[in-house]
Amino acid sequence: MGLEEKIPSGFLLTTVEKLAGYMRKNSLWPATFGLACCAIEMMAVGSAAKYDISRFGMEVFRASPRQADLMIVAGRVSNKMAPVLRQIYDQMSAPKWVIAMGACASSGGMFNNYAIVQGVDHVVPVDIYLPGCPPRPEMLMDAILKLHEKIYDEKLGTNRAQIIKEVELAAMNAKPTIQMKGLLA
Amino acid sequence: MTDSGMFGARGTGDTSGYGGLVRTPAATGSSQRPYGGYFDEIADDLERAYPEFSLAIERVVVDRGELTLHVKREKLVEVAMILRDTLKFEMCMGVSGVHYPQNTDRELVAVYPLLSMTNNRRIRLEVSVPDSDAHIPSLVEVWAGNNWHERETFDMFGIIFDGHPGLTRILMPDDWAGHPQRKDYALGGIPVEYKGATTPPPSDRRSYK
Amino acid sequence: MTTFDPYAPSRETTEGTVFSVTGGDWDALVQEIGSTKEERVVVNMGPQHPSTHGVLRLILELEGETVTEVRCGVGYLHTGIEKNMEFRNWTQGTTFVTRMDYLGPIFNETAYCLAIEKLLGITNDVPERASVIRVMMMELNRISSHMVALGTGALELGAITPMFFAFREREIVLDLFEMISGLRMNMAYIRPGGVQQDLPEGAIPKIRDAVKLMRKNFKDNTSLLVGNSIWLKRTQGIGYLDLAGATTLGITGPVLRSTGLPWDLRKVQPYCGYENYNFDVITADTCDVYGRFLIRMNELEQSLRIIEQALDKLELLEGAPVMVADKKIAWPAQLALGSDGLGNSLNHIREIMGTSMESLIHHFKLVTEGFHVPAGQVYQAVESPRGELGAHVVSDGGTRPYRMHFREPSFNNLQATSAMSEGGMIADIIGAVASIDPVMGGVDR
Repeated sequence: MGLEEKIPSGFLLTTVEKLAGYMRKNSLWPATFGLACCAIEMMAVGSAAKYDISRFGMEVFRASPRQADLMIVAGRVSNKMAPVLRQIYDQMSAPKWVIAMGACASSGGMFNNYAIVQGVDHVVPVDIYLPGCPPRPEMLMDAILKLHEKIYDEKLGTNRAQIIKEVELAAMNAKPTIQMKGLLA
Repeated sequence: MTDSGMFGARGTGDTSGYGGLVRTPAATGSSQRPYGGYFDEIADDLERAYPEFSLAIERVVVDRGELTLHVKREKLVEVAMILRDTLKFEMCMGVSGVHYPQNTDRELVAVYPLLSMTNNRRIRLEVSVPDSDAHIPSLVEVWAGNNWHERETFDMFGIIFDGHPGLTRILMPDDWAGHPQRKDYALGGIPVEYKGATTPPPSDRRSYK
Repeated sequence: MTTFDPYAPSRETTEGTVFSVTGGDWDALVQEIGSTKEERVVVNMGPQHPSTHGVLRLILELEGETVTEVRCGVGYLHTGIEKNMEFRNWTQGTTFVTRMDYLGPIFNETAYCLAIEKLLGITNDVPERASVIRVMMMELNRISSHMVALGTGALELGAITPMFFAFREREIVLDLFEMISGLRMNMAYIRPGGVQQDLPEGAIPKIRDAVKLMRKNFKDNTSLLVGNSIWLKRTQGIGYLDLAGATTLGITGPVLRSTGLPWDLRKVQPYCGYENYNFDVITADTCDVYGRFLIRMNELEQSLRIIEQALDKLELLEGAPVMVADKKIAWPAQLALGSDGLGNSLNHIREIMGTSMESLIHHFKLVTEGFHVPAGQVYQAVESPRGELGAHVVSDGGTRPYRMHFREPSFNNLQATSAMSEGGMIADIIGAVASIDPVMGGVDR
């Protein structure tokens, strides 16, 4: 539609944002951050036995956080592990994304006690929350695909600054969960 | 007095569950001879090898096919050495701590399950100490595997093992305050937030006795 | 507020200078260390590391490539499961306990449920079909756990293909778990008194086919690694621990059997009817990583033998109950596939709502309050793939555990790391830890 039809065939037009998003999402390298049971499901996804993320180019789990873009926090984060988690996140270079895999990473899961951080979003900013205990490998792949879409739509430059401002304003004015009425209204 | 069966009133008869979580474990007395199975052999061998048997062993309990020797903490290392060398209990399966806040002067208990591979037997040692003076001699010299177990029991209950090569916290962060698995330490859960309401953490919910 | 720069190459602490190596800066690091005139370097193989099975922190003191001291830092996965269980029913405890040693969930559940059954005094009342199903599930779990151990162990030592083969076999077993219990991992399938639900229709032929397929597939890994000269050089003579060291450290499982002692709880202190099965206890006498590797490979075949015998027994016990008969303990497990997943079968609902008031009361009381367990304490041990998994359960006569402590084999086995690795080279630590096969969920609980 538009200019692409009128120009002689052989030209593909796109925006810098879309190009950057396309490149980034197709070469996402995860950092190894497997903690507990979800890590085993993550290994099942990464080991190419039946569920295989090398179809996305992601089977290389980088050990060094400098070479990784994506941190899949797989498993329960204890209070002793939280500073380590934050340090690894800080050592990753931008752009970086976080998937909270499993119920324990998203919200503390079934362990509502003194030892577990109730959701890694207390420690790092999370892009995708993936429920499950543990989530099936297909669920993890679905989360990665959703993250791919999110990365593809990310803005750059002034657009990015504007989006950040808008999101922050919306978050400041949002109704806290405890005041939402839901089905109790 | 043990509880059995589900039904029938207990205590005040309040079944609404709003009494809160109150724990009262029953006290057990000493078992009488003959103990049955290989327990008599063990008791006899121990008495023969350790003349101060009656001073060191406070109580012998045989319950559900398992023998428990309640040992005084001063004699613990001696009894352990004799059990290991003469009675061939080569392996200690670790230290488990229990906290009975209502047993005054015997609140903290350390339980040592022992295994004899030569004779294929299991027994258990129990040491009770008061909260105010929670010291137990360390058994790392007798069974080296107790090293981390004693650190864990210290971390979780606050029992100090005298003679341990390096008694530090092992499961909690090094600067944690408090000993989590004691009964007077809160579970530490937070109320779970839903739209318009919260669910209390499991320690604050109503309970049925 | 002090700013912490995550990219800083070094920072001063009370313990001295801490260097952060982030790649491509080896010469800068060597220069800085050279200027401090220190011969020995303390290296932190931190909790986040591809080669340490989970969140294990290894603190190494190195002299060149030789390791002079190695200490393990554990506790990075401490979940407080034991304290959490003091606030839940006996039956709800199964879901907690299953997540401790997450590679062998069935073993955790079995140790816990056997301990409760001992306290209740119903060990002999558990139906035979339930015991046979428990044995079969345990052996399937042993296969899947050994597959992870072999796969990740080989991966860490540089062999990548065995990991594919191992996880392929593991997927076969996980499919069976999903068919039987509904979940791939952390099933909460074994309940006090029996199992959660009976095998679905057509399960036994499927399991037989899977056993045949696994027997064929195990040859792939065997032919790749056994006798492979590189593998032998990496694993023979590494991680030596003899019988005296193993007994004083309280080590059980393949590490103990690699010293030559045939100590297997399934044979010497049988539970769940293990005395009725024919299988061998695999030992090795080399006390090294290669011996433990061979033990794990051969235990797979023994597990397949046990599963086949269990299937034969199950075919004879068709239609038998899978839960203890005492209705005051038996969790109402007449489940059927409903439109929203799984729910109580209509027959059961018809019975409790229509015909039997007693069933309704039992169902209500069991689900809301739970059953009471008489006061006392027991210690029940099972043979998990890593060693002796013991459950020490203290009850005060109520519906919740008073104290629940698990004696995890990995907790003791990891203490052997120092004995196995000091004096060797860094790469051998990886092999030694892989041969111990620790699961940090069990170590930290």
